[in-house]
Amino acid sequence: SMSSLRQYSQSSVLPLPMTRNPYTMPTISAFCTEDNVSECISYINREVSSLGFPLLCTESNNGPELNLVAVLNNVYNLLQLHRRCLQTVEDIEVEQVKSNSNMDYLQLSNTRLKDQLELSKRENTGLLERERQLQLKVKSLHNCLKNEKEEVQKLQSIIASRATQYNHDMKRKEREFGKLKERLNQLLIDKKDKKQTFEVLNYVGRSDGKRSLWKTGKTEARHEGEMYKTLLNDYDSRHKDLLMENAELKKVLQQMKRDMVTILSPRKPKDEVCDSSRESLELSCEHAREQLTNSIRQQWRRLKSHVERLDSQASLVGERANMNAIPKEVHEEEMDRLKLEIQQYKDFIHTQQQLLQQQLNSPCDDETASLLNDCYMQEEKERLKEDWKSFEEKRKNFEAERRNFTEAAIRLSHERKAFEEDRATWLKHQFLNLTPFGDQMKPQMSKSQSALSGCK
Amino acid sequence: MNFSEVFKQSNQLCRVSPDGKYLATCVQYRLVVRDVNTLQILHLYTCLDQIVHMEWSSDSLFILCAMYKRGLVQVWSLEQPDWYCKIDEGSIGLVSSRWSPDGRHILNTTEFHLRVTVWSLCTKAVSYIKYPKACQKGIDFSRDGCYMALAERRDCRDYVSVFVCDDWHLLRHFETETQDLAGVEWSPNGCVLAVWDSCLEYKVLLYSLDGRLLSTFSAYEWSLGIKSLAWSPSSQFLAIGSYDGKVRILNHITWKKVTEFDHPASINNTKAVVYKEVERKPVVGSADLSIQQHITMGSTLFNTQSKYEICPLPVQVPVVKPDLDRANPKVGVSSMAFSSDNRYLATKNGGFQVQSVTWHCSGDSLILLGKEQLCLCYMEVGEEEEEDDDVK
Repeated sequence: SMSSLRQYSQSSVLPLPMTRNPYTMPTISAFCTEDNVSECISYINREVSSLGFPLLCTESNNGPELNLVAVLNNVYNLLQLHRRCLQTVEDIEVEQVKSNSNMDYLQLSNTRLKDQLELSKRENTGLLERERQLQLKVKSLHNCLKNEKEEVQKLQSIIASRATQYNHDMKRKEREFGKLKERLNQLLIDKKDKKQTFEVLNYVGRSDGKRSLWKTGKTEARHEGEMYKTLLNDYDSRHKDLLMENAELKKVLQQMKRDMVTILSPRKPKDEVCDSSRESLELSCEHAREQLTNSIRQQWRRLKSHVERLDSQASLVGERANMNAIPKEVHEEEMDRLKLEIQQYKDFIHTQQQLLQQQLNSPCDDETASLLNDCYMQEEKERLKEDWKSFEEKRKNFEAERRNFTEAAIRLSHERKAFEEDRATWLKHQFLNLTPFGDQMKPQMSKSQSALSGCK
Repeated sequence: MNFSEVFKQSNQLCRVSPDGKYLATCVQYRLVVRDVNTLQILHLYTCLDQIVHMEWSSDSLFILCAMYKRGLVQVWSLEQPDWYCKIDEGSIGLVSSRWSPDGRHILNTTEFHLRVTVWSLCTKAVSYIKYPKACQKGIDFSRDGCYMALAERRDCRDYVSVFVCDDWHLLRHFETETQDLAGVEWSPNGCVLAVWDSCLEYKVLLYSLDGRLLSTFSAYEWSLGIKSLAWSPSSQFLAIGSYDGKVRILNHITWKKVTEFDHPASINNTKAVVYKEVERKPVVGSADLSIQQHITMGSTLFNTQSKYEICPLPVQVPVVKPDLDRANPKVGVSSMAFSSDNRYLATKNGGFQVQSVTWHCSGDSLILLGKEQLCLCYMEVGEEEEEDDDVK
């Protein structure tokens, strides 16, 4: 029981088993029991003194004495406290409600203001847009005005030049008119009208030698006829020229068509040829002309698309070629290196060939050849001699070594013999010295001796 | 190169005969005819007044001398030096005189363009043509000499009359849709007549020989229009030079524009070759030269050497801004000439002091005539560009 109480007092917060709702009264059954009364009292005393209330229970000689007044006071105080707390809570609750409603209101107004702001922004952009459009319009109107002004200026200058021209002409005409009037006056005064005269020594013949004819209806008709003949000749020659030009152009077009067809489908059978021959027969026919132009257009379109395709392919190939650019460089280097190598080998072979040629060519002289041969033989002989010498030396060495070995072996055998004899004598000596039955042993000794001597 | 002695002349009247054998010059009221090779005087004729206009007949047998102030025309014969012919227009006056293509008729235009009188040297016949128009080019003969086109104006309307030069028979007479007809010109093949309006309206009308309207061409409105016109020798192209400095080429099949040439102030076209005349004045020597040397130097002092250099592109053509307040301003393409092989077209734009551009019949070279100078341009064989006139 002491331990449990200590547990409680150590923590500052009252660790009572509380329910979720802090306002329900906690069950205090677990706090105080029969056992921990004094601890509870002291705990409660501590708590109430910290609150400023009188102590519940005072220690006296007879044990803890419960001060009823103090208890009642404490309870009352606690109740007051509680009531005050409740009031505070209520107030807080009211405040909270108020602030919630405030917040709601504020949120509402916030959204309303946001909407208003949105609306105003949109209006603003709309107005800006309108302003921009109006500015553009103003600018275009300015341009129009400028153009119109220029136009007006141009027209004014035109009017001015025309007016100058008119005035000039008018003055000229007026001057002429004046002169005419003067002349008329002069004529009226003069009364003597100088008539036109024509004096000639004699009439000359016509330049073409023909006699001039009277003007008759026939001549008129002739003139008409000649005029029309001239015109017709001109039209004829022009018609001929145009026909020739047409034929040339048609030929060119047909050639172009044929070329285009062959370019686009080089393996197709020449069934187009009969087509063209048919066309040449009906050159003047409108239908054939249309056919020709249509087929040309068609072929041209095909050629165009073909060329476009080729272009795109070429660009792709160009790209791929660019990608292989680096290995190409390496390839080039490789090539150069190989070429160099080949050149070197060629040179080598060449020199070899030269030497070989020299070789083959040089034994034309017998003496020198034999001399050369002798030289070579001499060389061989020398070499062989040296070899023999070395061989002889080696052989001699071997012989010497063998002799030495033999001598050593003989010596060794002699020494062994001597050693055996010594061993035998020593043994004999030993044997003789050792046994008590010197006489009996004698035959054995002799056996051993003989055995020993047999060992020799 | 050899030079002959200097001969006198007046009014720039120097003409070589069509057959190339004779040279006729006028000195005041005298007509001098020389042999072209020897320059010996073959004939000398005396007219009654200062000669203002002189023209060879097409067969080189006669020379026409006109004296407008006196209203006189005198015709001289080379075969018969004592032959004479005098035409006196009398009170009616004379503003222009010319030969007909057959060399046997003389067309005199009276003062105030009252009428054109056709005098015949073969017969007594005289023809009168009323209401000829006073304009830039009111009369044109076809190249074969068969037909004459004459611009007329009556009742404030323009007409064209086509005459047969043989007997001056009026072949066709039709009204033209022009405001103020400025000129007529036959195509070299004689089948088409180009008729153009005054500069106040850009309009070219193309009529067939029998008077049918073939086509009309108008490049723009209101601004000053056509200044000059030229047919190509093959009659395939018609070049129209206008006051906007452009030459428009029409083709003879559709009479629509095939191309147009501009005369920009700055030449940038890499195919163009620009020649610029560079003058080099000789250095004047020191004072202690002998008299002899001075004399020889003197002749060179007045002969400034000049040569042509090829200018690197881009080239700025020196342009003098003309006075646009005056009538017939010095802007626009004023003269054009096709080479005889149809390959080249020479054009003059603006106020350059070039009075005429004439091609050689071979088409290899052309002569540029200024007021006091002339220049021969030789084309390199193989070049196929239009050459602009940039010579000073």
